[in-house]
Formats: sequence, C-alpha cells, structure tokens
Amino acid sequence: MICQQCEMRPATLHFTKIINGEKTEMHVCEQCASENGDTFSFSNQEGFSINNLLAGLLNLDPAVTENYKQQSQEVLSCPTCGMTYQKFAKIGRFGCADCYKTFERPLIPFLKRLHGGNYLHHGKIPARIASNLHLKKELQALRLNLKEYIEKEEFEKAAELRDHIRLLEKKMNESREEEA
Amino acid sequence: MSQDLFFSQPVSSWMRQEASNSDIVLSSRIRLARNLTHYLFPTLFSKEQAVEVVRVFEQVFQKSENTNQWNLHLLKMNDLQPLQKQVLVEKHLISPNLAEGDNDGACFLSEKEDLSIMVNEEDHLRIQCLFPGLQLSEALSTANKVDNWIEKYVDYAFDENRGYLTSCPTNVGTGLRASVMMHLPALVMTRQIHRIIPAINQLGLVVRGIYGEGSEALGNIFQISNQMTLGKSEEDIVADLNSVVQQLITQEHSARDALFKTSRLELEDRVYRSYGVLANSRIIESKEASQCLSDVRLGIDLGYIKGLSQNILNELIIMTQPGFLQKYSGGPLKPQERDIKRATLIRERLTINKNIN
Repeated sequence: MICQQCEMRPATLHFTKIINGEKTEMHVCEQCASENGDTFSFSNQEGFSINNLLAGLLNLDPAVTENYKQQSQEVLSCPTCGMTYQKFAKIGRFGCADCYKTFERPLIPFLKRLHGGNYLHHGKIPARIASNLHLKKELQALRLNLKEYIEKEEFEKAAELRDHIRLLEKKMNESREEEA
Repeated sequence: MSQDLFFSQPVSSWMRQEASNSDIVLSSRIRLARNLTHYLFPTLFSKEQAVEVVRVFEQVFQKSENTNQWNLHLLKMNDLQPLQKQVLVEKHLISPNLAEGDNDGACFLSEKEDLSIMVNEEDHLRIQCLFPGLQLSEALSTANKVDNWIEKYVDYAFDENRGYLTSCPTNVGTGLRASVMMHLPALVMTRQIHRIIPAINQLGLVVRGIYGEGSEALGNIFQISNQMTLGKSEEDIVADLNSVVQQLITQEHSARDALFKTSRLELEDRVYRSYGVLANSRIIESKEASQCLSDVRLGIDLGYIKGLSQNILNELIIMTQPGFLQKYSGGPLKPQERDIKRATLIRERLTINKNIN
C-alpha cells in the first residue's frame, strides 16, 4: 500500500476512524507522519481514548444531562476537589473519591449503562472496613425490626432489642477509635 | 540484580515457565486499580501530592515484611530514558499512559517481572500480575495477596455501594481488569474471527489487538478482557472470562483440525514459506515479521517445525518492536534501518534457537 500523502513511499502507519458508523481509513508512511507532527503522534491518539469516548456519552445522554440540570441548583461542584459536572463530562474522569457522592444522581444511570445495568458493588471489601461494614448492615436490619416491634406495640421485645443495638453501636465506635 | 536486565532482556522470566493451554493462550494478566483516600486522584492532584503518593508506597514496601518475597525494584519514570520506558511498555510492564504522563509516576517491579505495581497512572495504584498460559485464577490470587498486603498499611478510597473508587467510572467497583493474550491464527485464516468478535462483545468482553486500544491484531494475537467492573464479584468476572477463553481454545483447535484436513499442503506451504522469509530476509517490516512469526508458531504447534521453542512468537514480537530494536543496536534508528536490524535479529535468533536444540 502506498502513502496517501506523498504517494511515493509505502504506507506503514494505518489509522481507522469510525464516526457515526462511517469508517474512514488513512494510510501514511513514517516520514509523512513525522512531518505532520502532532496530527499523527502517539499522544494525539488520546483523542480516541476511552475517556474521550466516555465524555461523548456523558454529553449526549439526555437522561443524564436532564437529570443533572434538575439538581444543578443544589450541587455545582465537588466540595473536596472542585470538580464540576461539566468538567467531568468533558474529561471523563473524577478528581477525588468524594466526586462519587457529589455526582451520585447523574452518575447512577450512567454506571448502569457502563456496567450492564449494575450500580452496586458486589465484590471484595478491604479487610479493615469489612468488620465494620458487617456490623453496620446488622444494625440497619435490627433498627428495622425495632420499628416493627414499636408499631406492633411489643414494647418488651423492643426494649430488649434497643439494648442490643446500643451494645453493637458501642462496639462499632470502639473499633473506629482503634483504627483512628 | 541489576536493573539493566529490565531493559535488556526481552523475555521476562515468568514467560519461560510451563503452563496449561500455552499453545493458544500466551499470557494471563490481572490488574487491580486502587486509590488512596485523603488524596486527590491523579487527574487533579498537585505535584507535591504526586511525589507524596510515591513516597507513601515506597515506605509501605520498605517496612513491609513481604518485600523480599517479590524483590521489588523501584523505577521512577523521571529517572528513565525515553527508550527505557518504551522497552517497559513493549514488555507490557508499564502502560503507555504511565510512560508518557507527567505525574511523577513510578513502578515497583518484581525481579521475575511477573508483578508490576504502577504508581500515579490514571489511579494512584495499579497492581498488575502476569502469568504464562491460561492462569487467571492464579493471577487473581497473587494480585489479591499483594492488594491485602498493601491495604494493611494504607487506607483505600472505598465505598460500600460503589466499591473501590477509581478516577474513571469504567473501572469502579472491583477495579479489576482481567485479560488474556491469545494466538488465534486458524480462526483468522478461516475468517471465523469476524463472527466471533461481535459475539464476545455481546457477552460484555472486549477484544483488542495486542498493543491496547485501537491497535491492529499483530501476528494474530488478540487480547480479551472484561468490560464490566461493577456488580459482579472478582471471582465471577474471572470465571466468565475463563469460560469464554476455554470456548475460544476449543474453536481454535477445531479450526486448526479442519484446516489440517482440508488444506494440509497449503498450510504446510504457508508455514515453510514464512519460515523461509524469517530465516533469509535482509529487510523486514514489523507487519510482515509478525505475520510470519505467527505462521511459524503455528508450524511449531502443528509439529511441522521442530527444534524451535514455542516462545519464539512472544519473544520476537516483543524484540522486534521499535524500542527493543533501538536498545539492541545501542542508538536511535530510522524506519528503514529498523527493518534491516529486525531482519538481522530474527535471523540470529532462529539460528541460536536451532543450535541450542
């Protein structure tokens, strides 16, 4: 194959671009590529990176942007790192761990699209967090039970459960202090 | 061990180990993305924080009782020559992102080169384990061991609903990317690969050429990896990928059998011609070299070519990349000079290999 630019030397670099399902191919030799500098350089391929692709998805998705517009009055940027939703939509990357909470609402439909409908983690939990998380989940369940007992006016059982909950809460606070 | 070996030896020692299904699966890789809590992600952190993050991990690995088990060497990106970084990329030990980034990145590399811990890539930490053949579960268990060890000393950014928090939401949850490199010449020759790739994509897996996003399948080598990182456990992600890979192995074997039955002579002719090209050419471009190497590797698998190691494909595909060629010749090379050097190197390698055996 001959270089499309100089039409002399053999083409050794091959580019494929797909925009809206339309495929454009480009074949150039190394010399033309290096003369063109940035147009073909390695770093310029960033233009096709997953992050840019993501950014495209974020901007184009009306469900996400609409959703965001509704709450944009409340949340403009991440209090920890200053990342704005607009900037995230442009670069496709977050600035810190708190961005996940800041942009939670518009993020969930987006996560579902990325991860086959999933938005909740079902994998490994760091060991140091694990014991606490276990307690936390147990507490959540017990508090629900307590509410039921009160509604049914079974106060004796409720009092018993309340003491148990207090004990667990104490245990949880202690393990937190140990960690700190 | 001198760090020079990382840049001069093309074949990492992990590649030389015997492994199951290694006729078709060249390697298995597990990558875990992790971030520290209380530090901004590399997208936004300051230079001071970047340096601090490297220091945090340096301390972890120094004080840790396990350091000796892995024999980790610290390579700071700012201390490396561009060519050295390129060689590490070609060996898949670091990502192009880390090599090109300006985040004061670093890499902790084990002596066997089977463990590479990248610091300040897109995330603070990327733990990468490489195994020969199809050994995803083994690689996952090693990566978990390393992860648990590090986690004893640092606080990871983690949320009970979203899992491990990463810079990019495509990695959130498990932060796990599992991938295998497969040599699938018969599926390519019989054009079945065009039918198979879309089917694999529908299962939530990605198929790529060997040098990452957007690259062509060099030498009929394909990388297959998981797309989803959230909502499934690490073990399930690996099991799903594993079962697709097993099916691909079966399909590649049956395509090879079919070719052997219907076009035995043509196949034999192709293998020996390619061997002839590699053994005799004086100028060879990387695309032709990769294709011929793929044919020769198939010839070894089919028993046509004896006395050559199966590793020849993995080894020469890496050795004939621009970074290695220039390292090997001791200086920068123009494209035409590379083609000459490539041909010389391949001829030498084939001779050495034949003599040894």
